Amino acid sequence: MSITIYVPADAAALALGADAVAAAITREAARRGMDIRLVRNGSRGMFWLEPLVEVATARGRMAYGPVAAGDVCGLFDADFAGGGVHPLLLGFTEDLSWLRQQRRLACRRIGVIDPRSLADYKAHGGGEGLRRSRSLAPAEIVSAVTASGLRGRGGAAFPTGIKWKTVLDTAASQKYIVCNADEGDSGTFSDRLLMEGDPFQLLEGMAIAGLAVGATQGYIYVRSEYPHAIEALNRAIEGARDWLGNGPGKFTIEVRKGAGSYVCGEETAMLESIEGRRGIVRAKPPLPAISGLFGQPTVINNVITFASVPDIFAQGADIYSGMGCNRSRGTLPFQLAGNIRFGGLVEVPFGLKLRDLLYDFGGGSRSGRPLRAVQVGGPLGAYLPESQFNTVLDYEAFAAIGAGLGHGGIVAFDDTVDMAKQARYAMKFCAIESCGKCTPCRIGSTRGVEVIDRIGAGQAGQIALLRELCDTMTHGSLCAMGSMTPYPVLSALNHFPEDFA
Amino acid sequence: MENLPAIERTIEAIVAAKQSLPGALLPILHEIQDGLGYIPSESVPRIAKALNLSRAEVHGVITYYQHFRQIPPGRHVLRVCCAEACQAVGGEALAEHARLRLQGSDLTLEPVYCLGLCACGPALQIDETTLHARVTPQKFDALVDALEVDP
Repeated sequence: MSITIYVPADAAALALGADAVAAAITREAARRGMDIRLVRNGSRGMFWLEPLVEVATARGRMAYGPVAAGDVCGLFDADFAGGGVHPLLLGFTEDLSWLRQQRRLACRRIGVIDPRSLADYKAHGGGEGLRRSRSLAPAEIVSAVTASGLRGRGGAAFPTGIKWKTVLDTAASQKYIVCNADEGDSGTFSDRLLMEGDPFQLLEGMAIAGLAVGATQGYIYVRSEYPHAIEALNRAIEGARDWLGNGPGKFTIEVRKGAGSYVCGEETAMLESIEGRRGIVRAKPPLPAISGLFGQPTVINNVITFASVPDIFAQGADIYSGMGCNRSRGTLPFQLAGNIRFGGLVEVPFGLKLRDLLYDFGGGSRSGRPLRAVQVGGPLGAYLPESQFNTVLDYEAFAAIGAGLGHGGIVAFDDTVDMAKQARYAMKFCAIESCGKCTPCRIGSTRGVEVIDRIGAGQAGQIALLRELCDTMTHGSLCAMGSMTPYPVLSALNHFPEDFA
Repeated sequence: MENLPAIERTIEAIVAAKQSLPGALLPILHEIQDGLGYIPSESVPRIAKALNLSRAEVHGVITYYQHFRQIPPGRHVLRVCCAEACQAVGGEALAEHARLRLQGSDLTLEPVYCLGLCACGPALQIDETTLHARVTPQKFDALVDALEVDP
């Protein structure tokens, strides 16, 4: 009987040498006349252990990592194919404390299944949500999503059920489902992990949305920086053609590739881009739910939002509403990034403290120096000082301190960081990526860089001007690009004034 | 310029195959750049005519998106991540090292804002096919050395 060995083909694992490890395992097994089945799974999201090689044994999957190609011969000598002892042996994957302390829902199949196999997806519970929702009326689907309390995971946290209801209630001959997979925030990679590691779940969620609102066409807008995710999705769409394309709720999905524009993650700019124009933000109203893609009612949700939908039908709406705190229901896949020792994907219910993530999961900084600042929620998110590390991770608690959770990305910096430089970078990034439609963002960001440079040159009087500029950007910009750039700038200024002296 | 007709044939074939897609412009531009390495100026009037757009509109889209380029790139394109998560682990020093190392080289260096490898930066992408994590200046030099001897 052949032995099943898992070597991730996730982009981060590849960047750490997974292909060479897979090739070495294939070669070594052939040399020894061993019959193995090599599965290229997604990543479990423990990047300090990648490439993480797993072997299926009668008692569960055994993990070895981080494995280099040069380790492979020794692993075979130690009978790792039979779960043998070796310095790289970590134990049973399911028993690793980093995974055991999580509550993975949307991300539970990532790294577990073969993302190329629809059969494997279904063998792990996939497809059940779509099967059940096919027997429901559209309004029943929408009310189940509303009852679950699911809120958009892209960053804005808008209640998903309310958005779907608007599209359902808007009469039109053609409606669309659009997945926003333009995951441009630095420090975020949960969308990428899901698209590469469990793409069928995203397709299933979109198909359920199609049933809910009466749409037959879906688009997934993926950033060009994610070629591996695009390839994985296209392969999954091909493999799911019969599953999604037949029977009631016949649904077609197409991947559209972005072209290196951060602001296309803003939903109306994304629609412009899919329609074939420059990614320039539209004024709202009209809401995309009423007049969206090609002027038709359109459901737009993030990857994790759609991927969270199948479980609402497979396991019941209370799977999310029964977890979390305040009005933040369910789990959020957090991403630990930057200068952090144990970086990766942590899906937990809302309600943990930031400090728990940084130290219990993250193990502190990678450099070994004290953590000084943490940016939560991407380039438009606030920098938090150590004194705010006890903030509870839910939407309400973060709003209360003038910050946001965004898409759950957490970027850690040690005490070598220069916060005035980070504030300058936030303005510069806005200047580079601004679509140019509104003046506060287009001009304000460039003026912001200049004002911070003058502060750095000793003109302390310019700090008042920077605050005034941030106020103009916050209240006068058309979208989050300009209106939220002041979050990192002002939080740096307020919490780390010594760096601006 | 002797290969011009071949380029034109490629452009014509791509435009003909994609022009009926809803929102066909970006898919057309991607396929041209994937095939030729850049978007030649002679493609602009052809795309404009096929999609019933003005040449200014097509030009505007090509120049708006950082991904599209109007001139052929070097033998290989190296993208160094310049976003916050990589900054936190020495990304800026790597970007500056790369700039100095590749001066006068026939390899193209471009900034990129996030490759989604934020827990194992600094990150580097070569030709949209190969990724490298935890890149130090030494590791960067070794990779560039290999690209320079490899034709």
